[in-house]
Amino acid sequence: MSFLHIAIIAPFLFALIIPFFYKKISSVHTGWFVLVLPTVLFVYLLTFIPTIADGEVVTHLLSWVPSLGINFNIHLDGLALLFALLITGIGVLVVLYSVFYLDKDKESLHNFYFYLMMFMGAMLGVVLSGNLMVLYVFWELTSLSSALLIGYWYERKKSRYGALKSMLITVSGGFAMLAGFSLLYVMTGTFTITEIIAQVDVVTSSSLFIPTMLLVLFGAFTKSAQFPFHIWLPDAMEAPTPVSAYLHSATMVKAGIYLVARLSPVFSGSSEWFWLVSGFGLFTLLWGSFNAVRQTDLKSILAYSTISQLGMIMSMLGVGSAAAFYGYKAGFTAATVAAVFHLINHSTFKGSLFMVAGIVDHETGTRDIRKLGGLMTFMPITFTISIIGAFSMAGVYPFNGFLSKEMFLESMLHATDITSFNMQSLGVLFPVIAWVASVFTFVYSMILVFKTFRGNYQPEELEKKPHEAPVGMLIPPIILASLVVLFGFFPNILSHTIIEPAVKAIYPVSLTGVEHFDIHIKAWHGFNFPPLYMTISIIAVGVLMYLTLTKWQKIYAFLRLHKKDPINYFYDGIVNRIAPIAKKITKVPETGLLRDYLAYMYVFFIVLVGYTLFHFGGFAIDTNNVAEIPIYAWVLVAIIALSAILVPFITNRVIAIIATSFVGFLVALLFVMFRAPDLALTQLLVETVTTALFLLCFYHLPELRKEKTKPVFKWTNLFISIGVGALVTTMALSSLALGNKKPFESIADYFLKNSHDLGGGDNVVNVILVDFRGMDTMFEILVLGIAGLGIVSLIKLKMNGKEDL
Amino acid sequence: MEILIAVLIGVLFSVATYLLLTKSLLRVVLGTVLLSHGAHLLILTMGGLGLGSAPLLGEEASKYSDPLPQALILTAIVISFGMTALLLVLTYRTYKAHQTDDLDQLRGRLDE
Repeated sequence: MSFLHIAIIAPFLFALIIPFFYKKISSVHTGWFVLVLPTVLFVYLLTFIPTIADGEVVTHLLSWVPSLGINFNIHLDGLALLFALLITGIGVLVVLYSVFYLDKDKESLHNFYFYLMMFMGAMLGVVLSGNLMVLYVFWELTSLSSALLIGYWYERKKSRYGALKSMLITVSGGFAMLAGFSLLYVMTGTFTITEIIAQVDVVTSSSLFIPTMLLVLFGAFTKSAQFPFHIWLPDAMEAPTPVSAYLHSATMVKAGIYLVARLSPVFSGSSEWFWLVSGFGLFTLLWGSFNAVRQTDLKSILAYSTISQLGMIMSMLGVGSAAAFYGYKAGFTAATVAAVFHLINHSTFKGSLFMVAGIVDHETGTRDIRKLGGLMTFMPITFTISIIGAFSMAGVYPFNGFLSKEMFLESMLHATDITSFNMQSLGVLFPVIAWVASVFTFVYSMILVFKTFRGNYQPEELEKKPHEAPVGMLIPPIILASLVVLFGFFPNILSHTIIEPAVKAIYPVSLTGVEHFDIHIKAWHGFNFPPLYMTISIIAVGVLMYLTLTKWQKIYAFLRLHKKDPINYFYDGIVNRIAPIAKKITKVPETGLLRDYLAYMYVFFIVLVGYTLFHFGGFAIDTNNVAEIPIYAWVLVAIIALSAILVPFITNRVIAIIATSFVGFLVALLFVMFRAPDLALTQLLVETVTTALFLLCFYHLPELRKEKTKPVFKWTNLFISIGVGALVTTMALSSLALGNKKPFESIADYFLKNSHDLGGGDNVVNVILVDFRGMDTMFEILVLGIAGLGIVSLIKLKMNGKEDL
Repeated sequence: MEILIAVLIGVLFSVATYLLLTKSLLRVVLGTVLLSHGAHLLILTMGGLGLGSAPLLGEEASKYSDPLPQALILTAIVISFGMTALLLVLTYRTYKAHQTDDLDQLRGRLDE
């Protein structure tokens, strides 16, 4: 147990006392108390920067379930530190923002902060775990807390829909990931990430390599909202805005990115990984940016923008994975550097933009851009922040998004340099898609700012008179926006402290001997630099498209994209139809009729036992050792069989009883024949009492009717019953034959020898019943007693307070 | 002899199964009675029907029939008697409560 373990567990423990703050100190907004913890954690994590920048990895071991290889190990390297700093840092800002965003009197804050702290702890656990199983546990906790936060306003139908959707999608991905992790364990015998990376040869040569990769990627793609699993993210916007800013832009949706980056050393170098990661990433980038333009809700624009940007980071990780194929030579690693850098940038500008959207919503009462407009004069600070955020997102100089966008374009251009994976022919698509998606990114970024803050002011559409937000609400986005500018002008303050260790973690440096990545991010590369011209053309085309927006926006209606994302039709179809279909399928076998269920049982009995008997050659008839049949036995057996067969055909109830009893009395005769006097006696007595009982009951029961069943059922029943009888006979004969083939000494001799001396009786059957095996008899008496009590209570039972029936 | 009894057991099982698959509750109870006869005979037959003397030591015979299956069947007879009695009263009660002994009508509502 180290301080880092405590850092992960602390939010969970802290969550437990939040309701106490809320109930006992209700005069102060609970958020102020909560603010302490992320701040402490952030400062604590900052102290690791020098250690990690020196290339060290902080590990702490803690046994949890050592017998299963599941240990709560901490593995803090550059990648983990980057994420941990994002989680805690943005966590501080989000908590501060939420203090002003959520009303202390109207909202159930204890729920909100409980879930938020739970999420923070879970997310820290995901990024700091060195063990895949522990990572999975925390991964599911993030899914759970995210669903709880999306459904925070649970009285709204849309919130519940969004929460359910995100839960279903991310948890199904989580399960797939669990299967992938289990396969990794099967291959390597360990859940520890570093040990798996050390056995990368075992994994890549295994036949399970592709399934494992697919399962792990399924988990990562669902979490990081990659196409076609992105549909939960726009619906997750029903969450309070601080949650959207925190979970659904900066942290949780990057868990999939983290997983891909973390397991890159295991999987990268194969063409499948390259194509899946970069292919899905690029398509998500294009799809997200294309769909963001048609949105009219500020948060929906931001949601699709997040999807798009996550796709962009994913594609860069995919292209970067080619480096593994070339032995981690410099030049191919640039894409990964760009991915890490853009990951940081995206968290800063997207966080600030969400907070801006929240402010606009908070101060005007709507997020619909068709109602908004002309807010610039009312909210100058918010406007400035959103300008910075949106221009950074669009990739305009001098903000940090410009730098990472250029690095992205450059790495996509260099993707054509990759000479493997069919990239000579298909590689040209990469920069084309990147360019098109960047144009759309530029357009929606402009929509976001200018439709909200410029244009016509429509006071009649707004619920409130807009004014600038309170200072506390502005501080967090101001800090994020300043970071956008700061990283824009001085990108290299991060390169050695944060980015380089993170890139090192993605590339297994220890394997290749490369000690140092020379990361130097600069804004100006000279005129002989193709991405510069791409950026210029993006801005030029983007401006043109923004100005002609109304003219070409009809394309969405033409493509039938104007209502909802088409993938939603699949999701809604599955979710809405699965219950009726399951009901229909269940209705087929579950008829509610006893005889149907009996028929299933008999059919299964016949099929299973019959198959086993004949498949393993168990059937045999052995006529040796068989007693002779006296002539009267023939007669007796024939009479029993005949009277039994008659029973179903009798329609007179008394005759049916008599026929059944007749069988019973004749069975007693058989017992006499087989030298079983006690049996014969009991059988006679029991049969007499049973017959009397039947007659008593039948007096109160209706006449037997002729069975009115369809011939189909009749024949099926006949077939089944003959099958059962034949099978029982076959089994009996086979077991007799088996008994002759492999005879075992019966224990009867023991009873016969010792009955007199040990049991003190000559009637061996009775001695067995009360002496050798007295326990059977005791419980048999108990059975009779219980049956008697049951009968009494059934007869005496009064139903519905009425008189006895 | 054993083969003959085995066939008889088969007949008893067939008839019992057929009765269990019918609609009338009374026939179902009769089916269980016949089924228990079949099962008792099966136990006895599987012990072997080498016809010795009854397992009474006073007989002083050279060969006795196997006492253990007899003890088992005796237990089984009593238990099946208890079950039959309970089942009969249950049938009576069901008929009183629902005014039918038709198993097709004795079923849960479709909307349950």
